[in-house]
Amino acid sequence: MIQAMQETAPSALQQQFDEKIDQDITIEPRDWMPDDYRKTLIRQISQHAHSEIVGMLPEGNWITRAPTLRRKAVLLAKVQDEAGHGLYLYSAAETLGITRDQMYEQLHSGKAKYSSIFNYPTLTWADMGAIGWLVDGAAIMNQVPLCRTSYGPYARAMVRVCKEESFHQRQGFEIMMQLAKGTPIQKKMAQDALNRWWWPSLMMFGPTDDNSPNTAKSMRWRIKRFTNDELRQKMVDVTVEQTRILGLSIPDPDLKWNEERGHYDFGAINWDEFFNVVKGNGPCNKERLDTRRKAWKEGQWVRDAAMAHANKRAEKSRQQALVSA
Amino acid sequence: MLENIIKSHRYGDYGDKESTGGANATVGQISASEWPLWEVFIRSKAGLDHKHAGSLHAADAQMAMENARDVYTRRNEGISIWVVESKHIHASLPTEQGEFFEPANDKVYRHPTFYDIPDEVGHM
Repeated sequence: MIQAMQETAPSALQQQFDEKIDQDITIEPRDWMPDDYRKTLIRQISQHAHSEIVGMLPEGNWITRAPTLRRKAVLLAKVQDEAGHGLYLYSAAETLGITRDQMYEQLHSGKAKYSSIFNYPTLTWADMGAIGWLVDGAAIMNQVPLCRTSYGPYARAMVRVCKEESFHQRQGFEIMMQLAKGTPIQKKMAQDALNRWWWPSLMMFGPTDDNSPNTAKSMRWRIKRFTNDELRQKMVDVTVEQTRILGLSIPDPDLKWNEERGHYDFGAINWDEFFNVVKGNGPCNKERLDTRRKAWKEGQWVRDAAMAHANKRAEKSRQQALVSA
Repeated sequence: MLENIIKSHRYGDYGDKESTGGANATVGQISASEWPLWEVFIRSKAGLDHKHAGSLHAADAQMAMENARDVYTRRNEGISIWVVESKHIHASLPTEQGEFFEPANDKVYRHPTFYDIPDEVGHM
């Protein structure tokens, strides 16, 4: 039997890194890390940040048309929070060595992805309810385990995000409750929004485990704590009960409680739709990117003006210091 | 390939080097309009210390302060904010952690539990 080639012994730094991961010790910005770990995190964190910023757009669409002042103020606060979440995540990504401008360039050029859910349109006010309840709900399910992810700045950003995210889901559920228990037209609007957002929300958890090549690596490095399918199943189980309370129905004829598994069985996801939207062919992909590019371009004068103003102020105080010396 | 992306490492790469502007100017390919990076520290309550909350880009200290208030204290998380340009933060090297902090390891007598005080003395 031919002996396998001896693998080169891992370097001391690699070993220390592996031990830290195995012992659940957090990795911080100046710690040595494998290039691949750094690259994977840059990609995941920056795309997470892009998702928050692009995610402001579908809801921003309804700020001027909220039915009451309270709803308007609450929706504004939610969208503001999403901007803040983007910031926390861009900051975390920057600790890995990539710059903000580079990340924006990746987003605007189409090189970087963001969560595909935001490529769907918000057609009615009830969509605000469905998004807060289902989309933020799915995000919470994904983000709570990330609070213990192996990379420190990412984990700490997630703790802050999770604290703020729970109001998002409650505001969405509150909207759905009000509509579902309202007039027949309101109830119909709520059911319609649920029908349109249900399957895309389940797709938020990503491809099935056997179709997700990055999962094994991410789990090994404790970047990811639960698999896509595990989180997706949890989402279904939790949301079925909530839907019952609303008095609405989930648009899945195959949804059924499985006593043996102790979970709900659910229908097949349309993966063609998912990969198509991820590729750029969703209803709003072009619109979302156009909006971001436009905002960046038209905001250039603000960035320039702020630098000019700051330089002017610095110059003025320099002059004053010279005069009073 | 990674070297093309990584332009800087935060916290302590600068030593006494003068940066031309912004924390990321170690390699000179940063656009002139990119605002410098600031670290934000927040005191949540009178009597507590400032804790590191995150970072942001701003053109100068006043803008950094106002932005820090807008993004890090939306829920009354703070009564006081410090902002420091990231380039001014220096950090100990993780690779030297063992050696650097070694002096304290064999000085267990600095801890109160090292001392055997009879019970009859009461609280000490």
